[in-house]
Amino acid sequence: MPDKKDDVYGDHISNKFNDELMALKSEFLEMGGMVESQVDRAITALVENDGNLADEVRAMDKKVDQKEIEIDEEATLIIARRQPTARDLRLVISVIKMVADLERVGDEAKKIAKFAIKLSEEGQAPRGYVEVRHIGNHVLSMLHDSLDAFARLDSEQALRIMKEDKRVDEEYQAATRTLLTFMMEDTRNISRCMSVMWILRALERVGDHACNIAENVIFMVKGEDVRHTPVEEAEKVVGR
Amino acid sequence: MNTINPSISTGVNMRDKQAAEIPVPQDKPEDTIIEEGKTVGKPFASDPKFQLRNVSVSYGSDRAIKDISLDIGRNEVISFIGPSGCGKSTFLRCLNRMNDSIDICRVKGQLMLDGEDIYSPKRDVVELRARVGMVFQKPNPFPKSIYDNVAYGPKIHGLANRKSELDEIVENSLRKAGLWEEAKDRLDSVATGMSGGQQQRLCIARAIAVSPEVILMDEPCSALDPIATARVEELIADMSKSYTIVIVTHSMQQAARVSNRTAYFHLGHLVEVNETNKVFTSPEHQLTESYITGRFG
Repeated sequence: MPDKKDDVYGDHISNKFNDELMALKSEFLEMGGMVESQVDRAITALVENDGNLADEVRAMDKKVDQKEIEIDEEATLIIARRQPTARDLRLVISVIKMVADLERVGDEAKKIAKFAIKLSEEGQAPRGYVEVRHIGNHVLSMLHDSLDAFARLDSEQALRIMKEDKRVDEEYQAATRTLLTFMMEDTRNISRCMSVMWILRALERVGDHACNIAENVIFMVKGEDVRHTPVEEAEKVVGR
Repeated sequence: MNTINPSISTGVNMRDKQAAEIPVPQDKPEDTIIEEGKTVGKPFASDPKFQLRNVSVSYGSDRAIKDISLDIGRNEVISFIGPSGCGKSTFLRCLNRMNDSIDICRVKGQLMLDGEDIYSPKRDVVELRARVGMVFQKPNPFPKSIYDNVAYGPKIHGLANRKSELDEIVENSLRKAGLWEEAKDRLDSVATGMSGGQQQRLCIARAIAVSPEVILMDEPCSALDPIATARVEELIADMSKSYTIVIVTHSMQQAARVSNRTAYFHLGHLVEVNETNKVFTSPEHQLTESYITGRFG
């Protein structure tokens, strides 16, 4: 846990309150680390045809789910005990929302692992894995950066992640087109390419969740809700 | 009404006077970021009941209120919050000249009620206090019957000519204060025998019996249990339809629950006034944020 003096949530008169908020924050980051590695390992399992690793990823999801419940419980207790306001309230509310995003990211990783097992059992030459690796790395760095923006309360970095999301969408469209070409070339590719498409879809969703986390970080820092608003609006809010 | 109980009002005044005299710690960085006379947020209202401009209050050489400008809207509920000794009670008591009884207290600036100067030499203070009633922290019923407590104000202000009119005023006031059902069968019992929450609602009934336009409340629930507090808060919500209510409170949750706007005071400055929802979710001023999140106070 970081030094209390360096943390904006660590300077209340009540030390117990400091501890509770900072614990909530670090628990959230711990869960973030868990799902980050889950996605990373799911992609590796797919690309390297590693069924065992894919099984591990699926098993890990239970721990992530458990963590979600624990964090929600802690947040509920903080509300009941402390009636947080302003910045503290925004932290608690954002964490409650963001854990749901992290849990979904975990589900997407599980989904990828499931397809990895299916594809490795079919044992054909890989098609579209380059795209999976590429988009995978992109959304992983977005996820990592969004957690980093949360840890450092960096609204500018959060804004950069929101902008990245558009690029991921474009990459996803391009990859879909490539896979369509494979399918048209040889109809025997269809089932396999469809699986890869589902994987790409899952990764694209991971990018969306990273983006949601980034929006919550902006809310935590600036106190303004930038969900469902154009990026230009968010840019104005962050610039204030 | 309440002015005829000098021991109570002086008690409250003395406490705040002492609070105002507590030496101000100079080493806090936040103390230096207040600009005198500058309030962030929305201190002005479109339909003001009170227009207060450049108000300063001093007790001898100590300045308790430093150049505050604020509007209080008609039928608005506004909360004053801030750490002890920040001047919120002093400022509240300027609104019906309760500070007059303190010799060393000097009030400067323009204080207008419905466009008329509160501190004009021509102002009838008794009439002012009938228009601007007050409820104190500690319930302070007279050692008389419940009926007489409520009937006292209307009697001395000549609001009722006949006993039946007086009965009506007493019943209406007790109904508005949510006390009628509990008190109707014991109107002749002595008021001090009631529970704390009932006594406070009786004081509110006593305040509204003289048909005021404004009710000032100085920590009205700090001596009450949660149930009695909820009743008083419910009452504030009902009364806000017909009265302007100014409430000083140490309970931030109470301010968040009952008021339309919240004003944050700090060391005699009015730091921020904003919609209550804004103050408690994303306040504009760093000091407001520090106070409401429990970082000092």
